[in-house]
Amino acid sequence: MAELPGQIRRMSGGISQLIEQIYGFSRRCLFRVISMGPIPSHLAFIMDGNRRYAKKHSLEDGSGHQAGFSALMSMLQYCYELGIKYVTIYAFSIDNFRRKPEEVQSLMDLMLEKIKSLLEKESIVHQYGIRVYFIGNLALLNDQVRAAAEKVMKATAKNSRVVLLICIAYNSTDEIVQAVKKSCINTSDNIEASGNYKHEDRDSDIEGTDMENQEKRIQLVDIEENMRMSVAPDPDILVRSSGETRLSNFLLWQTGNTQLFSPAALWPEIGLKHLLWAVLNFQRNHSYLEKRKKQL
Amino acid sequence: MGEKEKRASNRKMPKHVAVILDGNRRWAEKRGLGTSEGHEAGARRLLENAKDCFAMGTNTISLFAFSTENWERPEDEVKCLMALFEKHFRAEMPFFQRDKIKILVIGNRAKIPESLRGLIEEVEEATKSYEGKNLIIAIDYSGRFDILQACKSLATKVKDGLIQVEDINEEAMEKELLTKCSEFPNPDLLIRTSGEQRISNFFLWQSAYTELYFPTVLWPDFGEAEYLEALTWYQQRQRRFGRRV
Repeated sequence: MAELPGQIRRMSGGISQLIEQIYGFSRRCLFRVISMGPIPSHLAFIMDGNRRYAKKHSLEDGSGHQAGFSALMSMLQYCYELGIKYVTIYAFSIDNFRRKPEEVQSLMDLMLEKIKSLLEKESIVHQYGIRVYFIGNLALLNDQVRAAAEKVMKATAKNSRVVLLICIAYNSTDEIVQAVKKSCINTSDNIEASGNYKHEDRDSDIEGTDMENQEKRIQLVDIEENMRMSVAPDPDILVRSSGETRLSNFLLWQTGNTQLFSPAALWPEIGLKHLLWAVLNFQRNHSYLEKRKKQL
Repeated sequence: MGEKEKRASNRKMPKHVAVILDGNRRWAEKRGLGTSEGHEAGARRLLENAKDCFAMGTNTISLFAFSTENWERPEDEVKCLMALFEKHFRAEMPFFQRDKIKILVIGNRAKIPESLRGLIEEVEEATKSYEGKNLIIAIDYSGRFDILQACKSLATKVKDGLIQVEDINEEAMEKELLTKCSEFPNPDLLIRTSGEQRISNFFLWQSAYTELYFPTVLWPDFGEAEYLEALTWYQQRQRRFGRRV
């Protein structure tokens, strides 16, 4: 008789495992159907609404971010299962440093904890063979977080199946400024190099024009190459949760042709149905765009 | 007070409104009309909306009239669009002068017909002294082109020793972008009609914190009522710029 509660516990544990397996199986079947159409290669997420979620459910602030992290793990799992190769997330913006110091510290602590957990054996990184990049002005992070991030990047450098780009201490205008600076430096170096060459040649007639041509040679590709996000193609879809429709200085250069999707759900409430909606919309637009291209 | 005046007295009006005028061709198709009639209807709607917008206290209106990618459209359509721009620049000069609207055309002028280029210079010259109302028309413009030309300009300054590479920052970029002509270079509100939810390479840098509004109505049908709806939506936004409210 004393065994009964134990037996019931084991049975309900077994049933919920079974339900999970059925759910996982149906999901994978659904994904197989959907992937008969075009699948986006890169999805980006602005994970907005964690604090509002905490308020809504009368939780402490930190719990909102924890719930947000769980939602993120599920979303990554769905994306990679569906066959999406690149996922980018806006984890922490340079603008967010202007929040109250206690909140910034608590976010840094949470991020440190989660970054470290990526290296654990059971983590999603190992499950899906994810290569992780941390994109941003990492010098702005405290030493611990930066070191942890660099460790993860190094440890996953050989993974090649799928990619996760975590934008931290990032904003797009900063990224563009850094790329512009690098392009200017490269150009000056090129000019100096050709200048030296010209001195040897003593061909002063061509020198002026050639210097002009060197500057003119800053092309789009120069800026693009120097962007921190150049390790991934431009996103096909950008999802911002919680109903706000603005980019908040995220991937401005890269989202010129990206489809924007703003479900009203707060980030911890985001789920499979939102991903499906985004992908189905992408497929619908994709066929419309292909048709228009053919018409032209 | 009329609806417009009430809005104008509300402090939370966008100072800079950007518009991607999408849907002219679909509008024409729906009515069994030709593409050129669609664009003509779009142009008329544009002028009406600009008048309303300025009346409600907006300082700058930007229009994505022709993108770099639009050169790929059929030759007839491109010719028709260029002719439309010429026609309206000419016809609306009196309106610009009467209402003291400063006209600024941004984009790569190299490929547009010479007659249009000359006319643009005329209009810009005639309206350059006006202040308080700016109408920015983007022709052969793309956000990436804008950032690239800013980069080239900064590279030249570095080469000439006017600035150091370390001086290149966000402010330095904003001084070089083509929107430097306005006191409010970054749009508060961007409206793209016809339901497409993408920026299509319009303002990229400048849209960092812009509220994006995507009504499904086609551009020639986007009138005063629709604009008031957009404003109401805008005024309900909580703009945090990354901080807590």
